[in-house]
Amino acid sequence: MWQRLLLIMLISPVPAQAAQKAVESSCVRCHLAMGDQLAEPVKLSAQDIHFQHGLSCNNCHGGDPTKDALEEAMNPRKGFVAHPPRKQIAALCASCHSNAEFMKKYNPRARVDQYSEYLTSVHGKKNQAGDPNVATCTDCHGVHGIRAVSDPNSPVYVTNVAATCGRCHSDLKRMGSYGIPTDQQEQYSKSVHGDALMKQRDLSAPTCNSCHGNHGATPPGVDSVANVCGQCHVTQWDLFNQSPHSRAFAENKWPACVTCHQNHLIVLPTDALLGVEETATCAACHDKGSAGYMAAQQMKSEIAGLQSRLASARDVLERAQRAGMEVSSPIYQLSEGRDRLILARVQIHRFTPAILQKTTAEGESIAAACEQSGWQALAELAYRRKGLAVSAAILLCMIGLLLLKIRQLKT
Amino acid sequence: MTRRNVLNYLLGTTALATLAAILYPIIKFMIPPRIVESSASSVVAAKVSELKPNSGKIFRFGSRPGILIQTPAGEYRAFSAVCTHLDCTVQYRPDEKLIWCACHNGRYDLTGKNISGPPPRPLEAFSANVRGDEILVSRG
Amino acid sequence: MNAWISKWGEWLEERLGWRAAQRLLEHKEVPVHRHSIWYYFGGMTLFLFAVQVCTGILLLLYYRPSAETAFESVQFIMTQVQFGWLIRSIHSWSANLMIGTAFVHMFSALFLRSFRRPRELTWVSGALLFFLLLCFGFSGYLLPWNKLAFFATKVGTDIAGIVPLIGPFLLRFLRGGDEVTGATLTRFFGFHVAILPAIATVLVSVHVYLIQKHGMSTPPSVDPDKAPKMKFIPDFLLRDLVGWLTAVTVLAVLAAIFPWELGEKADPFSPAPAGIKPEWYFVYMFQTLKYIPSKILGIDGEVLGIMFFGLLGLLLIITPFISPREPRTGRRSLLPVVGILVLVYIIVLSALAYRT
Repeated sequence: MWQRLLLIMLISPVPAQAAQKAVESSCVRCHLAMGDQLAEPVKLSAQDIHFQHGLSCNNCHGGDPTKDALEEAMNPRKGFVAHPPRKQIAALCASCHSNAEFMKKYNPRARVDQYSEYLTSVHGKKNQAGDPNVATCTDCHGVHGIRAVSDPNSPVYVTNVAATCGRCHSDLKRMGSYGIPTDQQEQYSKSVHGDALMKQRDLSAPTCNSCHGNHGATPPGVDSVANVCGQCHVTQWDLFNQSPHSRAFAENKWPACVTCHQNHLIVLPTDALLGVEETATCAACHDKGSAGYMAAQQMKSEIAGLQSRLASARDVLERAQRAGMEVSSPIYQLSEGRDRLILARVQIHRFTPAILQKTTAEGESIAAACEQSGWQALAELAYRRKGLAVSAAILLCMIGLLLLKIRQLKT
Repeated sequence: MTRRNVLNYLLGTTALATLAAILYPIIKFMIPPRIVESSASSVVAAKVSELKPNSGKIFRFGSRPGILIQTPAGEYRAFSAVCTHLDCTVQYRPDEKLIWCACHNGRYDLTGKNISGPPPRPLEAFSANVRGDEILVSRG
Repeated sequence: MNAWISKWGEWLEERLGWRAAQRLLEHKEVPVHRHSIWYYFGGMTLFLFAVQVCTGILLLLYYRPSAETAFESVQFIMTQVQFGWLIRSIHSWSANLMIGTAFVHMFSALFLRSFRRPRELTWVSGALLFFLLLCFGFSGYLLPWNKLAFFATKVGTDIAGIVPLIGPFLLRFLRGGDEVTGATLTRFFGFHVAILPAIATVLVSVHVYLIQKHGMSTPPSVDPDKAPKMKFIPDFLLRDLVGWLTAVTVLAVLAAIFPWELGEKADPFSPAPAGIKPEWYFVYMFQTLKYIPSKILGIDGEVLGIMFFGLLGLLLIITPFISPREPRTGRRSLLPVVGILVLVYIIVLSALAYRT
């Protein structure tokens, strides 16, 4: 009796029809009664999306949920499989999830190609070859208590993806035999993208599956990774493709974006990345005196020049503002100069100093005009102070004379 | 000239100077300045002749940029040009007939609604009206 | 020349009867004693009020009282209008100076017991004027329509809304609606340039008339008949002028070296700036409210706080009728003790507010 109550309590979040089905299922009843480890799957099923849609244990495990006796309920002749072998899990899930007619009943927009994608992936190929170490459906999505991808508690919700992949890929023991690094998750968490997604909660920032794919998880080949970057960083990618680097990198089989910016530990690029100093990447390939070296130097000096011009304009304007002068108009215009700096930093990817120079020249003239306004405001301030000195002098004279008059009247 | 007369004389002239020092700024204040006040709630964004159908123009609205577009059908629309993602300035794309943000490939349709890419909210809409040969954009 | 002036004098006397006022002023005398210095503060407050009226009228030539245009019009005054920065900064600074001298004037009248019979109504009109000045300050503060002012007004009117019984009505009356909007701005403008000045005209006239009628009061320690006297014209007036010109100089320095800031235009949708405080003359009350526990004996702490200050205000108005008469015995009077306690309380709480 109390078991039924407990059952109803547990499954109450589930729609009534599904709850009814679950109560009828002997799997649920018996396993719950047995408690401990055997009751775990039932408890998890309260959150499971399959259960919420009216499916039950037997839809995956087979058997007969209408029978109470163990030999009949868990009868292999009725299709019962206690623990599906790892090689067959994907096919088991696919028996529904790749069936378009079946899936459209529950979600008209559901994709049905996950299984075929999986088979093209490294995970899929190794899994079919019998490797027990690689991921299959249940490793990422969970096995009982599977939540929808859009549910923030799902292991494959966008902010949880990196941790889920990292469960295996950061594990040295597990990954040892495959010969691939295990620092990707750590690097990603320090990167701009990791920061954007995890800390700033910008859900449009990329995570593992954005570049590597979900089910067809294959590392992008050397020639394809930049296409992935170029999906969001369109302008830089377009410019790069027009630049001399494009052919040079292709010929040498160097990956386009990754060579300078890295793949997982992508940090916020500063101006230090450009140029010929030790911290810069350009000098790593371009020898001193070469055309590329000169170009790098020139671009760096253009950008550094504009930045310092903007900084000095901002200094003057802030001084004027702190002194109480109204300079909101030139400060607004300065932001247009800053826009030019941002644009110039993007235009670096064309690797042609002449194009950069046009932008920085515009920026510098804006900065110069703003700085001029700042100096004018400071000059006006000086004028006011002089005016004050004159007026104060007249007033103080008047006060002095009045005091003299008062003294005179006393005598 | 007694001391009292000198003092009175000085008092008189200094009083006049004081009065002048006070009245001078007051009178100057009352004379209207040459530049007519332009309120940031309404600006002339462009002249009618400047903008062709299926084109856009960035203009200053208060302290932030705005974008004025003429749709392919010939209607004027104005929005804040500040992208709702990370504040970059958007632009009009005549080839795609929509508003685009170059920074992260965000797209807005011609009603300002965010339709693709990272922007989380639509662009703030302003009202655009034609007055003579000028297009006036005002808030709300 | 003199004949011509006296002819005009006769003409005006026949029509206006102005010689009576001239005679009054010529005969007016001011007692001279240890505490005479405090006599100047009433006139100083009046002078600064006159400065407010003049600069306020000048600002009216360019200010536009609507949410869409107010900020920009003040910005215009500060940047485009010739000496606009001067007039506006003087107006803002003088408001604060005026309330400061009003405090001094009020406390000096309290400690020197100027409210004794027959001057009770002078005190009452003065106390009402003091509250009027605070209303001027509160309503004027909103007019530039910047972020600080917007939120200060929001908090201030919220507090008004907590008054028992009439609170909600008061809130809607002040705000011109349920929230602080452009309607509030227009309404506050109406208060600031029309309604409050009208009331002030009446109260100031009454207050000044009563002072002329009763003459300057002398403190209990001074015998009014034995104290030496100073003629109002020219002696006291000259000293007044020195004070007033000093005030003008101070205002000019403040306006040129510490111009009043413009701030950022109010945006009802952006969050309140951190650490907002009302103007200094409200700050001690604001800080007190922060220290009151949220519930005392089942009553809302804030309500109690407001009632407390309301009560204090009422006591201030009726001070002449509740303060102890002069002690005939050697017993000390409670009045200066209470006065000093209030003063210390105000100073300490203001200091606490600004420390954080």
